[in-house]
Amino acid sequence: METLRTSKVQEAHPEDPSKIGCVHPMEDVLRMDRIPHIWCPGCGIGLAVTAFSAALERANIDLDKMSIVSGIGCTGRVAGYVKLDSFHTTHGRAIAFATGIKVANPKIKVVVFSGDGDLIAIGGNHFIHAARRNIDMLVICVNNFIYAMTGGQVAPTTPLAAYATTCPFGCVEPPFNIPYIADSSGAVYVARWTTLHIRRLSNSIIEALNKKGFSVIEVISPCAQYYSRINKLGDGLDMMKFYHDNSEIRHGEDTKNLDIGFQKKIIVGKFVDRERPTYTERYNEWLSELKGAKDESG
Amino acid sequence: MKTDPRGVLTGLHRLNGNHACAEGALAAGCRFLGGYPIVPALEIYERFLERAKEVGATFIQMEDEISALAAVLGASWTGKKSMTVTSGPGMSLMMEHLGLGVMLETPCVIVNIQRAGPSIGIPNRPSQGDMMQVRWGSHGDYEIIALCPSSPQEMFDCTIKAFNFSERYRIPVSVISDEYVAHLKEDVVIPPAEEIVVEPRRYYTGSKDNYLPFKRDRDFVPRMVNIGDGYRFHVTGLTHDDRGYPVMNEECQEYNVHPLVNKIRNYADEIIEIQEVEIDDAEIIIVSYGATSRAALKAMEQARRSGIKVGSLKLITVWPFPEKRVGELAKKVVAFVVPEMNFGQVVLEVERCSYGNTNVVFVPHGDKGVENTDDLLSAIKHATQENSVRDGLIEYKQARE
Repeated sequence: METLRTSKVQEAHPEDPSKIGCVHPMEDVLRMDRIPHIWCPGCGIGLAVTAFSAALERANIDLDKMSIVSGIGCTGRVAGYVKLDSFHTTHGRAIAFATGIKVANPKIKVVVFSGDGDLIAIGGNHFIHAARRNIDMLVICVNNFIYAMTGGQVAPTTPLAAYATTCPFGCVEPPFNIPYIADSSGAVYVARWTTLHIRRLSNSIIEALNKKGFSVIEVISPCAQYYSRINKLGDGLDMMKFYHDNSEIRHGEDTKNLDIGFQKKIIVGKFVDRERPTYTERYNEWLSELKGAKDESG
Repeated sequence: MKTDPRGVLTGLHRLNGNHACAEGALAAGCRFLGGYPIVPALEIYERFLERAKEVGATFIQMEDEISALAAVLGASWTGKKSMTVTSGPGMSLMMEHLGLGVMLETPCVIVNIQRAGPSIGIPNRPSQGDMMQVRWGSHGDYEIIALCPSSPQEMFDCTIKAFNFSERYRIPVSVISDEYVAHLKEDVVIPPAEEIVVEPRRYYTGSKDNYLPFKRDRDFVPRMVNIGDGYRFHVTGLTHDDRGYPVMNEECQEYNVHPLVNKIRNYADEIIEIQEVEIDDAEIIIVSYGATSRAALKAMEQARRSGIKVGSLKLITVWPFPEKRVGELAKKVVAFVVPEMNFGQVVLEVERCSYGNTNVVFVPHGDKGVENTDDLLSAIKHATQENSVRDGLIEYKQARE
């Protein structure tokens, strides 16, 4: 990745190496006129976006034929910073909106980039149904264990006993295990990384982008302003250290075993990689069968 | 612009309102339907599917009405004319994306076959109880276009008009009908494809670097591009500037939202369609829309036979409301009689636009009133009696009690 960045900058300023640093290496895929972004210091969403941008630069995909859809919340703002045909839609409905795009024009590569509250709580229904239908899209779910944009409320991913503003005595609801939901609903590609595993995450995004079907990548991310502060876990760097010490890569692990406890071990890796016909494939198959039947009869 | 002839089933057909609606959509060039099954609208969906393979249309049955309209908005941005069909309970769920559609200025059509409510109500009885919901059901300020057909033929015509308005004004347009019209079978004439005029989408064709998704053209409407055209645009449901970027201040709220209202209000004269019958010498005018206007015409004839000078003002476009015309007529007539299959919604607009110049007598009725004109006739007779209609609504109610 380093070599690519350097060559890119040199391309922009071939005659003057002193200008290195004047052009952002990801200018092609980010809306530089919107920077600085709104995310707090210590937040991990920027890292997830960096990994995504790096993946876009390396993946052999026509970016003009790609669309990104986000819902609401901190991660919901991602669509606004990525220079693709981008949609910032309603809370939880990014997948539904993206389904419309994909079904109406299957040539478009669709990415949904949103948070855990958006995709798994209010958008949980759309998530499981898109996985069941196997709509060809990549869902990147940034999981920071909390509703951060609204100020630190309990999320469906908040670990048991963790504090949030709406569970001042500790969370009493067991959290969702996102890879397990995705797997059992029919996703063809499921992976989980933390924002520390930036290159693995980037590689995973490339792999998933080239995969046909409903792919889910969960990105565990620090929320320094709310989750860490309320639970007294330090700042973003402390969280990264925690990920460093407590995450374990186990590719192919059964998704049932991927629950995340409060400050417990986080299992990361690629868990599911399989083939299933996509919605569009089945739809076209049905259409051609119908047309065939009609030709025979007529 | 001429329409794609594959979607046009030219000829004389006997269709119910729902089937006529599906034919209208296909004739208008609708090529994407996202829906969720609901009584009494699902025949539209079924008819559309039957014909989808011939015309190359796409459909998807979503997991709920929320996602159905979300998918329709997404599909519309790929350049396909898109619609969804539903009834009251589904309409309630769609309100979220009606708002998004207004904010993203996304053309699409929502067909609402009204049934009795509130809540589940009676799924297979007609009603006109969603008139105000369709107007302002989603939060925030906006103006909407809603068309009310009263027969299968009008259902066909209104669906085409709805698509044309949605492209012209870049707004979700509602065809708001009811179970009575939806299941009424009548002759429908579908004209040849070359006679059907469809409004083309207004595309931006300039340089890729200068595209502003919400820059308004001379007609007050921003130009669109499709996903995949290489413009790499951004649009958001947040209050935004011309670039589609969120701006969180009062000035931008005004800059963004005021035109959403004005693009309909300022062009109301172009949008509004009303039908006037025997208005010239009328002393009493029945203001009606949808299925109710069938009863209104019948009552008008009966009243005329008994010597009362009654006219009919039928609203094809209910929203935006024909304020000017109702205001003009209010100065000429003794009373407006407003029958509705609800307990008083559009009548409020009639009262408002009369500015106290005439009496307004409201006739609430269930679906019985579509076939039976007794209530309407007695309200007309009541309205003619001197000094009895200072406050028509209250006194008429008292008279009934």
